[in-house]
Amino acid sequence: MNNVVLEFEKPIVELENKLLELRSQNIAGSELAQEIEELEKKRQRTINKIFGNLTRWQRVQLARHPQRPYSLDYINYLSPDFLELHGDRFFADDPSIVCGIGTIEGKRVMYLGQQKGRNTNDNLHRNFGMMRPEGYRKALRVMKLAEKFNVPIISLIDTMGAFPGLGAEERGQGEAIARNLFEMSQITVPILIIVIGEGASGGALGIGVGDRFLMLENTWFSVISPEGCASILWRDAAKAPEAADAMKVTSADLLDMGICDRVINEPLGGAHRDHKGMCEILKNEILIELTELELLSTDDLLEHRFDRLSNIGNYSESK
Amino acid sequence: MDWFRRKIEKIHPVQKKAIPDGLWIKCPTCSEILYKPELERLLSTCRKCGHHFRISPDIYVKLILDEGSAETLFTDLKSNDMLHFRAIKRYSAQLNTAIKKSGNQDAIQFYSGDIEGNPIVLGVMNFAFIGGSMGSVVGEKIVRGISLAEERSCPLIIICASGGARMQEGSYSLMQMAKTSARLARFSGKQGLFISVLTDPTTGGVTASFAMLGDVILAEPGALVGFAGQRVIKQTIGQDLPPGFQRAEFLLEKGFIDNIVTRSTMKSTLLKIILILHAK
Ligand SMILES: [Zn+2]
Repeated sequence: MNNVVLEFEKPIVELENKLLELRSQNIAGSELAQEIEELEKKRQRTINKIFGNLTRWQRVQLARHPQRPYSLDYINYLSPDFLELHGDRFFADDPSIVCGIGTIEGKRVMYLGQQKGRNTNDNLHRNFGMMRPEGYRKALRVMKLAEKFNVPIISLIDTMGAFPGLGAEERGQGEAIARNLFEMSQITVPILIIVIGEGASGGALGIGVGDRFLMLENTWFSVISPEGCASILWRDAAKAPEAADAMKVTSADLLDMGICDRVINEPLGGAHRDHKGMCEILKNEILIELTELELLSTDDLLEHRFDRLSNIGNYSESK
Repeated sequence: MDWFRRKIEKIHPVQKKAIPDGLWIKCPTCSEILYKPELERLLSTCRKCGHHFRISPDIYVKLILDEGSAETLFTDLKSNDMLHFRAIKRYSAQLNTAIKKSGNQDAIQFYSGDIEGNPIVLGVMNFAFIGGSMGSVVGEKIVRGISLAEERSCPLIIICASGGARMQEGSYSLMQMAKTSARLARFSGKQGLFISVLTDPTTGGVTASFAMLGDVILAEPGALVGFAGQRVIKQTIGQDLPPGFQRAEFLLEKGFIDNIVTRSTMKSTLLKIILILHAK
């Protein structure tokens, strides 16, 4: 796989390459060691500077970084015993979402994860992480299974949206998403939602109703992709950066809006630079959240979930 | 479809010019030239082919509720434009224009009223109000409408017409899908009856939430109903869409709506459903 470097990451990568070169020179000497130390400091400063001033559009690009960990990267790390559960029992299996059971440090969990591909073939198989109705129905089936056996649900969001195709419409994309929103509001086990990359439209929300809504630092979530919004409201998809600003799509924005409960920090320079580090961070966060959610009675859990949703919106009321 | 239209225009090149301004309108389905006063008498349906023209929410209210029974609800809610959204136009300006034009505060109006003496709560969407899009106000009104129906143990009917979620409210608008669906789930758990009526067009986030969650789902003939927009699907698949795709008749065939009901029989059909399913 070729390493993809985003434009604004280039200064960091240049320093890293230089460091690599110096370290490979098998020369002992305090001068070299000092040079390496200086460069290392410079690298840290550069990362801090660049990542301290990211625009919304740069966050969107990071969320889509092809080296970013995807659902299966997290799932396989968190639960080496993961067993995938396929199919909606009506029509087909939708590979753009991975579902299955496993344990994290002995805790039982049900996973739902929107899955992108690492290369062209893989992406065709995964449909670029864009779900079809059978995907939403598979997700609902395994959520009901989790409910039956009192297993908490972890839903990993990473999609540009639901798939806009003929078959998807024929098989009721709208109905499938609506059904999930309806049912997920009443599933009696904890549901932990984590945006790990991008999340747009009902396509993301269709597995996104739950008790906690967490976002990794360099992710975005909105009603439509910035490109989609730009092509409708600006009549020009190239205005996507402006659309990202106008819709306020980043994790920090969603936290401000009261839709995201907590932003999870990524390793220095982004999740794509340190998969293992990111997985460890996420593991801790998941364990903390699940432990808290498990303390709630079913009634309290559902009441809180309902109240969370009911309070989202922004309007004024004149009397 | 574009090809089809062009061909028709070539065959009847003078027909377009022959329509006098004001009183006449051409049926987009069968090209019949219709006299507007007669069209209105026929509830804005074509006398030749039955094409259902889009109508204003006021007409729908008159069509469904008993005369003098309608009471307007929740009129004080107004969108805040929290994001200070601006594309080519400012959202706040768009809102003000839509409010002035429609005389309503947002894209859905709620009423309490009767159908042949049976009390109901009725929501009617207005496609002319920023594409009937669902933002915070539409979501909140729907939730209040459901709560009122639950409180009064009466059926809830929503006449849908929407392009989807309101992008100008960012994620707030997206979350209204979950908010309304969650409220409907509770209503349903208390034996509440919700009838969803899909009119032209019902798409996007409205389709993917309350519109598709009716205990009974009816649609007007020919209504466009779907999740993804036709332009986006066309781009994705790189070919023209089959005739009738995402129309009410297509949804009926695929099993996603209960029935197609003409405007002239809508009230009697709703009454029948209420009397049979909602019998006390
Ligand atoms: Zn006609």
